[in-house]
Amino acid sequence: MVADASSQFNVPEGCVKPARLSLYPLPGECYNPASLIPEDMRQLGLTREEVLHIARLARVGLGEEDVARFQEQLSEILDHFDVLRQVDTESVPPTSHTLDLQNVTSPDQVRDSFPRKEILSNAPLPEEGFFRVRAVLE
Amino acid sequence: MEEEALELHYLTVHEASRLLAQREITSCQLTEAVLERIRQVDGRVRAYVTVTEDLALQQAEEADARLARGDATPLTGIPVCIKDVICTRGVRTTCSSRILENFVPPYDAHVTERLREAGAVMVGKSNMDEFAMGSSTENSRFFPTHNPWDLERVPGGSSGGSAAAVVAGECLFALGSDTGGSIRQPASLCGVAGLKPTYGRVSRFGLVAFASSLDQIGPLARDVRDCALAMDFIAGYDPRDSTSAPLEVPDFTAALGGDLTGLRIGVPREYFPEGMDAGVRQVISEAVRVMEGLGASVNWEVSLPSTRYALACYYIIAPSEASANLARYDGVKYGFSYQEGESMWENMEKTRQHGFGDEVKRRIMLGTYALSAGYYDAYYLKAQKVRTLIRREFDAALQSCDVLACPVSPTPAFRLGEKVDDPFQMYLSDVCTLPINIAGLPAISVPAGFVLAGGGPKGQRLPVGLQLIGRPFDEATVLRVAHAFQEATAWHKARPPL
Repeated sequence: MVADASSQFNVPEGCVKPARLSLYPLPGECYNPASLIPEDMRQLGLTREEVLHIARLARVGLGEEDVARFQEQLSEILDHFDVLRQVDTESVPPTSHTLDLQNVTSPDQVRDSFPRKEILSNAPLPEEGFFRVRAVLE
Repeated sequence: MEEEALELHYLTVHEASRLLAQREITSCQLTEAVLERIRQVDGRVRAYVTVTEDLALQQAEEADARLARGDATPLTGIPVCIKDVICTRGVRTTCSSRILENFVPPYDAHVTERLREAGAVMVGKSNMDEFAMGSSTENSRFFPTHNPWDLERVPGGSSGGSAAAVVAGECLFALGSDTGGSIRQPASLCGVAGLKPTYGRVSRFGLVAFASSLDQIGPLARDVRDCALAMDFIAGYDPRDSTSAPLEVPDFTAALGGDLTGLRIGVPREYFPEGMDAGVRQVISEAVRVMEGLGASVNWEVSLPSTRYALACYYIIAPSEASANLARYDGVKYGFSYQEGESMWENMEKTRQHGFGDEVKRRIMLGTYALSAGYYDAYYLKAQKVRTLIRREFDAALQSCDVLACPVSPTPAFRLGEKVDDPFQMYLSDVCTLPINIAGLPAISVPAGFVLAGGGPKGQRLPVGLQLIGRPFDEATVLRVAHAFQEATAWHKARPPL
């Protein structure tokens, strides 16, 4: 098992830990078994499709002119990351943060929170005490 | 009558505090002098996003009442500038972004609360690179801040507004934040002292998050003693920040004083790269010799070989954490919200497309990529392991040395527009500061001299800061060394030609 101070659960060996925003896997479930992970970090340069895919994952809209520009700039930056391949980190544990703190909790006590009016004070579309959004499910 | 001889806006915090306590000046006079200075110079410097004139004068009156009652602290009545990444209840907090242009926090950050309790007077919120992403304050979506030493040059970033405001006399001290160098680098480029505390020393509650394992709030001031004073108030455990270190806070001002006899200074050779400005190299070397003259012993052969990996390590970890932290800006609960789309997702995508600037988008995408399925191991996990190596090297070096000394920035302030089109060149501005955030150590930039701007029509002198790095939670030593250096030099007393 690969333990990680920043996670709430242990990821089974050989599995890729999901990005923080995605749904946590159910116990025993695995995303991308190790055999599917590319050996090299990356082939040369990001493709246009990759840029669009990343933008979609991040939910950041991109105009047409932006795609080519970011493709070039991000590729140059990612090129530089190849330098990390020179480092032998075989038996080095990861550091997720530099403090010796783990699983910091607070007591499960009822406390005052904010008045609803204050929480809604910056709401773009407040409605009857709620945040109005577009339909999530069509 | 005293005000005519004194430039009130250029008082240090501790001098002003003494004069206030002795009732030789009032906070209203001091605050009005600072506000007047802002009126005179901020049209050119553009350090402030929001100037809170009415609030400041009201707080100044309250401060004067407290001073009269004898109920004051050393910060009571002192005008302070707060970087616009720190939440201030009832006062617009924008992070210099369009997406938060009209956001008014319903709560104070921990550090804001501490300053309010101490009776400090907030004169405004300072300009920054959007969401603290940048090294020049040119990424502000509103306007760039100008370096008071040469208005055609950058003040550094991302706390460029805070640094510029301090050196221009537009506040007596300021708060900034530092994730990859964002306090130290602008402090160096503007000629002020700026401290990044150990990660966990100052609460991040109410600090708009950029990279959760790297961000720290810290003080900027014209005098190291003022930094120590500010730390006495803002440092300490806060249960609302789960990364807040539950450790005792020493009295930082009490630790100041004395020479450097017995102090062991290490100079890591990797921090003097090829291509660094020759003038900067000379200033730093001379600064180390000054400290030698004060009794310190210097080891010029310290080596931190993993330094060359720090840039890649940082530009994987920070954007990855940022991609998670900035996911909340979706136009639902606060901030700019695009409403003309066909669907919820289109609204969110367009909100972020229009609300975020280019650098923010770049970093979100870099981070999303590095964390995505198939790449997490090769990028994020790898970077975290390299992080361990970087920290171990610092720990080893700091066993035989008490502090490390090196430059803050390989060059002095560069021209506005010079690096905006080449993000990678901009990233290189921070090679001397990033590793310290990766390792979570405390570090200060203290004014150490000037270089002449090459090719400038007026041959402007530009400030150069000396960086001192300490052991975890040993800000007291870092401040003491910086203070001793300051007492033996006069660089911090120079004023920009505004």
